[in-house]
Amino acid sequence: MALLEVEELQTHFFTSAGIVRAVDGVSYTVEEGETVAVVGESGCGKSVSALSILRLIPWPPGRIVGGSIRFMGRDLLGLSDAEIRQVRGRDIGMVFQEPMTSLNPVLTIGRQLTEPLEAHLDKNDQQARERALELLRLVGISDPQRRLGQYPHHLSGGMRQRVMIAMALACEPKLIIADEPTTALDVTIQAQILELMKDLTQRLGVALVIITHNLGVVARYADRVNVMYAGRIIETGSARDIYHDPRHPYTLALLRSVPRLDQPRRARLDPVEGQPPDLTRLDGGCPFRPRCRYAIQRCATDYPPLMETGPGHRSACWRKDDLEPPLRKAS
Amino acid sequence: MNPGVGEIEIGTPAASTAEVPAGEPLVEVRNLKKYFPVTEGILLQRTVADVKAVDDVSFEIRRGETLGLVGESGCGKTTTGRCILQLERPTSGQILYDGVDLSGLDQKALVPFRRRMQVVFQDPYSSLNPRMKIGQIIAEPMYVHGIEPNAAKRRERVAHLLSVCGLNPGFADRYPHEMSGGQRQRVGIARALAVDPEFIICDEAVSALDVSIQAQVINLLEDLREEFNLTYLFIAHDLSVVRHICHRVAVMYLGHLVEFAPTDELFDRPLHPYTRALLSAVPVPDPEVEQARKHQVVRGEVPSPINPPSGCVFHPRCPIAVDTCPLQVPALREVRPGHWVACTEVREGERPGQ
Repeated sequence: MALLEVEELQTHFFTSAGIVRAVDGVSYTVEEGETVAVVGESGCGKSVSALSILRLIPWPPGRIVGGSIRFMGRDLLGLSDAEIRQVRGRDIGMVFQEPMTSLNPVLTIGRQLTEPLEAHLDKNDQQARERALELLRLVGISDPQRRLGQYPHHLSGGMRQRVMIAMALACEPKLIIADEPTTALDVTIQAQILELMKDLTQRLGVALVIITHNLGVVARYADRVNVMYAGRIIETGSARDIYHDPRHPYTLALLRSVPRLDQPRRARLDPVEGQPPDLTRLDGGCPFRPRCRYAIQRCATDYPPLMETGPGHRSACWRKDDLEPPLRKAS
Repeated sequence: MNPGVGEIEIGTPAASTAEVPAGEPLVEVRNLKKYFPVTEGILLQRTVADVKAVDDVSFEIRRGETLGLVGESGCGKTTTGRCILQLERPTSGQILYDGVDLSGLDQKALVPFRRRMQVVFQDPYSSLNPRMKIGQIIAEPMYVHGIEPNAAKRRERVAHLLSVCGLNPGFADRYPHEMSGGQRQRVGIARALAVDPEFIICDEAVSALDVSIQAQVINLLEDLREEFNLTYLFIAHDLSVVRHICHRVAVMYLGHLVEFAPTDELFDRPLHPYTRALLSAVPVPDPEVEQARKHQVVRGEVPSPINPPSGCVFHPRCPIAVDTCPLQVPALREVRPGHWVACTEVREGERPGQ
């Protein structure tokens, strides 16, 4: 049994402009200790699908309208509010993008670290404080004793993200969901935080779902990659499959549109033309079709399901076998 | 084996920006300093310290080139851009634009220069007035500078600018909220072009865009450079994008210029330990390259610009620092033709620490 099984998840937002199908039939699993990346651009539903796991979708306007989420065999969608609160922070930890807005500015670091310990693990003041010190040391914060008494504004962005990671690890969860954990950070700090997360998840055997728009970030750290577009997973496979042998035109286009430091400089970039679709107006066809260089008649009428293209590698494209390799041969 | 970037092979150049234009300088920045006072007290404010945002920076931008200015948050790259535009008055130093020192001019005398220099900002959501229609936004600079006083002609020019930037001229009647991020950034570019400038500062102009849209806007900026003979100062933190679009690159750290070189020279042969650390931290979208690569993660964080380290500001984090580094600020030296570096441990023809 997988640690996390998401099946046919649908999360919709009911707005005055219509129903936004932010997540529209997403299925994936996370095994114990595994790192799974969810990649996609703004509005593709990657964050909403992750927040849905913890039932953090605000109603109104959002609601999980279909599917199931099973975590260690338990159906999370069937839990009461009190029960899901016990899951959040204890069984599943979270790290958000903006460490300034996700830490409480009027509470000390110490208070914020000890709160989940007291709430979930019934630790007393002394035990919680000791564990908090241990956690700060674990995430590489210098002078932890002093940090406990400080407020978030005393810390730099990278330090705050380390504190967020310490909080996520506080109750020894089985799974951590990290939503764009390094997007707000500078590149040298990003490298530090990613190395830290990789090291800790391996050492402690925690599974990690990392949500990002940066294809480079996940190449090094993910065991498996799910690529999302317009509310669905359009390709899933090992990192190697996705980067070396993409089988969906959107994945291919994404890889080709970024300049790479290890490749020759090109005279022109190869962008994905057009704009992402309006999620209130999806028809029955493939939503990537208007921007796709491989689109055929069938794409307008039939939405392609995820189809096997290799061991553990699936793509939702009718022309999955006709694509070019991601790197052009140097001319 | 190529080095610099922690074991990844840097690709050979094949871009139009491989040749650095040899023209005369359009913008010269000389010994620019910009300090922001830190004050204490409410009624009687006393200055208790200075934030040294830019501390003695000199470089020049040649006509027709795209100069990249890179560095992490707080390194002073945006402040440098704002000083060139005279949106901030420098604490000391000169900004020569076409030979004229802008820092000596009053607001009125600056007006003709403002028409020649424009800026495209990072956030296309906050840099467009939400209550103005796109057409009004683009026409505003023309109105301010008295270009096209005829309203019908002005509308015509707005339509032309929109189509130059790849937008439907019908967008003139829309409001910013009706457009996507990429479309808004195109509006910001059209607005900058409205007064026929020769020099545009792109301050993180593509950083907020999704990758598929980012490539569209980068291609647009390159096309416009050719078509209108523009000179760009391209301020950014994304090194892969900078390498793609720039002729030469200046690297800043904590208010100082640490390295300055033609793009291919800088990426093939980074000399300053900070530049090398920056390049090493950029992830490459290829799991095999990444697995094989040794990351030199630089330790620690950027110190406060209020109380920067003595001597070379990078020395507390530097892997090759020696005893003399905290004693003296290293001057920029030309170690190879056109390649300047501010590090005493770099010798011509070899890489430091090897």
